[in-house]
Amino acid sequence: MAVRVMIPTPLRVYAGKRDSAEFRAGTVGEALAQLTGEFDDLRRHLFTDEGNLRSFVNVYVNGEDIRYLSKEETPTKDGDTISIIPSIAGGSCRPEIEKNRFCAN
Amino acid sequence: MSEALKLAINEAVMQKIRQHGTESYPNECCGALLGRDADAGVNPARPTREVLEIFPLVNRRDDSPRNRFFVTAEDAHDADKTALAHGLDLIGWYHSHPDHPATPSEYDREHAWPWYSYIIVSVQNGNPQDMTSWRLEDDRSVFVAEKLEIRNHAKA
Repeated sequence: MAVRVMIPTPLRVYAGKRDSAEFRAGTVGEALAQLTGEFDDLRRHLFTDEGNLRSFVNVYVNGEDIRYLSKEETPTKDGDTISIIPSIAGGSCRPEIEKNRFCAN
Repeated sequence: MSEALKLAINEAVMQKIRQHGTESYPNECCGALLGRDADAGVNPARPTREVLEIFPLVNRRDDSPRNRFFVTAEDAHDADKTALAHGLDLIGWYHSHPDHPATPSEYDREHAWPWYSYIIVSVQNGNPQDMTSWRLEDDRSVFVAEKLEIRNHAKA
């Protein structure tokens, strides 16, 4: 038994086309560290350069959003399923509406 | 992503995206692209990716809907389930750029996922204009344009 990490479709190409991977991990953070350790190309899509989970990467343990648990310190046990679910964001640069770093160019 | 990217789409689907952009103006619209993404090489004469239907969604960015869109994880999950229920794949997303060109912004790039196709429709003064499609480069550095190959009818 181990913790199963479900890999979303857009990231499978960076994980040997696998839809899941299993690790022995005591927390969500440990599982994600092992995942990106095994599949290094996944890292930039899940984490910022500073090592924080990207804001549009949502992680669930057995269907529970880790933001409402203990985030990456959320404990995991054998048989748990960790799901990575994308949220989608974007939009145009409209300097007249919003001046910010995204409208710099 | 060295080979030229293509996304097949039919006029009826394009019209639905334009319509959603028009109805949402001056706010941004957003939704999911449902279709197929066959393995390359199965039939080299056909694009590997094809949009067959859209799944319109509510723009959850209430604070700045004129220049931002947001699809929650729950909405994304619903779109994925809907695609599966129709025997299709969730292959990407569309949104509108009200009074702005159909080119991805820095904000689009920073928040994009790889692999997905991102269709953008420009809506000027409420009228739909250019429609383009893009994919994020593997290293997240840039969006690469993919050619929209327009078909007259959907192929199931």
